[in-house]
Amino acid sequence: MLPGTIAFGLAFGALCAQKNFTLAEVQVMMAFVYGGLSQFVAVQSWPDTLTMSSIATLALLTTTVNIRFSLMSASLRPWFGTLPAWQSYPSMLLVTDGGWLAATRYRNHGGADASFFVGGGILLYVIWFLSSVPGYLIAGQLTDPKKYGVDLIMPAFYAAMLVPAWKGPRLAIPWLVAGIVALTVHWLMPGWWFIITGALSGAISAGLMDEPATQDEGQPA
Amino acid sequence: MSDLVRSDVMIAFAVMMVVTVASRLGGFWLMGYVNITPRVRRMLDALPGSIIIAAALPVAVNGGPVVLFAIAAAVATTIIRRNEFVAVITGMLVAALARAIGFSG
Repeated sequence: MLPGTIAFGLAFGALCAQKNFTLAEVQVMMAFVYGGLSQFVAVQSWPDTLTMSSIATLALLTTTVNIRFSLMSASLRPWFGTLPAWQSYPSMLLVTDGGWLAATRYRNHGGADASFFVGGGILLYVIWFLSSVPGYLIAGQLTDPKKYGVDLIMPAFYAAMLVPAWKGPRLAIPWLVAGIVALTVHWLMPGWWFIITGALSGAISAGLMDEPATQDEGQPA
Repeated sequence: MSDLVRSDVMIAFAVMMVVTVASRLGGFWLMGYVNITPRVRRMLDALPGSIIIAAALPVAVNGGPVVLFAIAAAVATTIIRRNEFVAVITGMLVAALARAIGFSG
């Protein structure tokens, strides 16, 4: 996923240059916000003047995009919960889509070494931080990132990550639920609520399903 | 623009950082109070696919044919090659080609 991260950072650097952010500002954002999708969404809708209310709007936008990280770190609890808090909580700061998906796959294949997630996370962080600089500097040449399909890095990356998660049609029922809810919420509500509502619906539907096949339980266990 | 960093922009970034850090730490913290029953286990196991679908499907559906082509190409490539890098590059190439020959989106 490193190339995907680099391409994403390049595109973000270029976008920021077009929106008249300074390079120092971009790097502060890369280092401290560290949420690629939320940075994109925020910069694309950046207000002309920052007021209390426009900052609050940005905060809400960021929350709706990034609240999915709480689901990811929640899923790491059974793995990282055995570590002391001074190790586990800082590790959670490294949660990203790619890093988490890779760690989840590693875990499903029997891996148990927390340093796989932490080491990979630190590497992704450093690569991410550096990747925006060339994007910012060459922004003049990249007048239309869409021409090179740069805007499709994220969807293509997500689609690719979905394939190894496929464990047969029965376990894809939550995917169907997640997709239907996300599409419905996207259609009914402005903003980015569709990510968290869709993801939660998928997880909840998986919890309501019985263990492999057989009859309904009729009551919550 | 002559400033290295503008202070109002830094305030906005700080607020964005706070909500993002809270998201990352909050889920892990809350799960400390939840027993990992088989049911909870199933919910956690369903998260990767659910998050991906929920984040990407509405974007794909609203993106028009180019996005759908790119995603189909990325999925097909992953099934054949099991390599995300090749898949992402293939998806970008397909999108660039589709746009070059006149598809919108």
